[in-house]
Amino acid sequence: MLNIVVCAKAVPDPKETSNIRIDPVTKTLRRFDIPLVLNPLDKNALEGALEVKEQLGAHITILSMGPSEAGNIVKECLALGADQGFLLSDQAFAGADAYATAYTLAKGIEKIGSYDVIFCGMASSDGSTEWVGPEIGTFLNIPVVTMVKEIVECGGEWWKVKASLENGYRLMQVKLPALFTVTRELNTPRILSFSGITKARKKEISQWGINELGVSGESVGLKGSPTTVSEFGSKESKREVEIISGTRQEKAERLVQRLADKGVF
Amino acid sequence: MESENTYGPVWVIAEHIEGRILAVSLQLIGKARKLAVELETSVEVVLFGHNIGEQTQQLFAAGADTLYLGNAPELAFYQPEVYTEIVVNLASERQPEIMLIGSTSVGRELAPFVAARLNTGLTAHCIDLVLNQKKILEQIVPAYGGLLSIICPQRRPQMATIARGVFPEPEMDENRTGEILTLDLPDQISNRIRTLEVIREKPQGVPLESAPVVVAGGAGAGDLDGWRKIADLAKELNAALGATRPAVDEGWAQLETMIGQSGKTVSPEVYIGVGLSGEQQHMVGIIGAQVMVAINNDAKSPVFEQVDYGIVDDCREFVPVLIEKIKEYQKR
Repeated sequence: MLNIVVCAKAVPDPKETSNIRIDPVTKTLRRFDIPLVLNPLDKNALEGALEVKEQLGAHITILSMGPSEAGNIVKECLALGADQGFLLSDQAFAGADAYATAYTLAKGIEKIGSYDVIFCGMASSDGSTEWVGPEIGTFLNIPVVTMVKEIVECGGEWWKVKASLENGYRLMQVKLPALFTVTRELNTPRILSFSGITKARKKEISQWGINELGVSGESVGLKGSPTTVSEFGSKESKREVEIISGTRQEKAERLVQRLADKGVF
Repeated sequence: MESENTYGPVWVIAEHIEGRILAVSLQLIGKARKLAVELETSVEVVLFGHNIGEQTQQLFAAGADTLYLGNAPELAFYQPEVYTEIVVNLASERQPEIMLIGSTSVGRELAPFVAARLNTGLTAHCIDLVLNQKKILEQIVPAYGGLLSIICPQRRPQMATIARGVFPEPEMDENRTGEILTLDLPDQISNRIRTLEVIREKPQGVPLESAPVVVAGGAGAGDLDGWRKIADLAKELNAALGATRPAVDEGWAQLETMIGQSGKTVSPEVYIGVGLSGEQQHMVGIIGAQVMVAINNDAKSPVFEQVDYGIVDDCREFVPVLIEKIKEYQKR
C-alpha cells in the first residue's frame, strides 16, 4: 500500500488578513486574534492524496509544523479522511524561514519513515514563498514536481503528472518516492462531514519537538534560518485621493467622466 | 582599518522560450550590472538550451561579462535535476555573491532546488534589491501593511526571485561583448525525473503585463456571479482582467491572472481595483500605473489610500451601473 505524507500549514484566515498589520515600531505582527485555518492550497494537496487513496488504497499521514493551536488543522485533515497526524511543535522551531521550515519538515518525514508520495500545497497564503515543498524534496533527495495541476497516471513505480507553465504545461514522468506541490486546478477539495469528524476523534495526533526529531536547536527555527528580517518600512502613497461621492448613479457618472478626462475611452 | 573584501560574481539564471530571451532575464542582467559595479565584480549569466546562437549577444548588451551556455540536446528543455546539478556544481566553483532568478514557473522551481543544495537563503518575489553599507543585499518584499527587507547575512550566494517588470529594461549596449563558456553535462544524469513534453499555447485575450487598462478583482466579488460582473467591466473597457490571491483561491480566476507578490507585475495606464482591500501582496504588482481607481464597500479599506479615485460602494451593485454609464458615454 502506498504511504502518502501531506504537509499542511496553519495560516491566519486569508479572508481576514487585511486586518493584520506589522507594528512599525516593534516590527512584530499584530494579529488581532485572527483564527488559524488550513492553508487553502493544502486542502488541494490533501484532496489529491484522498483521491489516490480511493483509487489505489493508501495510508495518509499529515505533517504540520506550528504552535500547538495548529493541532486543530491536523484534526481537520484527519476528519477529512487522513489516517494519522503529526505536529512538529517546539519553541526552538519559531521564527523559521523557508529553508529551516523545509529542513524541519524533512526531518519529520524521515522520522515518519516510510513514504512513497509527498503532497504539499504550491504556496502558503501567508508567506507565499513556494519554497518549502521543493526544499523538503531536495533535503530528502527525491524528485520534485512543483505546480502539479493534473495526475495523469499513477499506480506504478513511475507517475505521470502535468505541471503548470506560463500559458501551458509540462508533462513529467517521475519515479517514486517523489514530492509534488499542487495548484488549485488539481481538484475541488471535499467538505467536512459529520461522520468524518466523529471518526477523527479516534485518530491520534502525536507532537514532536527537537528531541524527538533528534535535531539541534541551532539547525532549526530562527537560528537555523539563513535569512532574517532586517528592516520594516511602510510604503507611502504619493497619490492625492479623491473619494467620489453621490448616489450610485452619480458616482458612476462622475467616475466615467474622470476616466474620460484621462483619455480612457 | 579597511578590509579588502573581494566579492564573487553577480549571477543571473537567464531563460528563453524557443531561442527568445525572456524580458525578465534582461531586466535582471541590467540590475545585476548595477550591483556588480557597486561590488566591483562581474556579471555572469547561465543560460540553458540547445543551438540558441545569435540571441546570446543580447545578454552581453544588457550587461553580462561572462555567459555560461548550456548547449546540448539534453538541455533543450528544462530538466529539473540536470539543470540543478549544473548550477550547483558551477556555483560551488565560481562562488557567486548574489544569484538572481526570474519568477517564472521554471525559475520558481529551480531556485529552491539550488538554494537548498547550496544551503543558503532564498527570498521570493522581491520588489527591490539594494546593497546596504555593509554591502549586504537588502531584498525588499511586501508584507502586511508595509515592506520588509530580508537579508541573508552569512551564507552565499544571496538568492532572490524577481518578477518581470520589477526592474526596467536595461539600456542595451550593442558594443559590449564577453566570453562564452560551454557548460559541461554532469557525469551522472539523474534518471528519476523526465520532462516528456512541454506545451505552450498562444495567450488568449489581452496579456496582463502589456495591457493599457487592467481591471483587477478581489474577494469582494462575493461569488462567481459577482466575479462575472467584474469580468464584464473588463470586457467593456477592453481591459485585461487580473485577480488577487483570494479571488484565485476562491476559484473565480485562473492562477495565471494573479497580480502581486507571487503573481504578475503590471504597469498599465489605468488600473481599476474592484472588491479588493489594497493589501501589499497585491498592490506591489502594480508598478507605475498612471491612473488608479478603487471600488470597495469598506471606506476604511487601505486601498483608498493608494489610488486616485475611490468609490465606496458594494461592487456587485455598483459595477453593473458603471458598465451602463460607460455604454451611455460611448454612445454619445
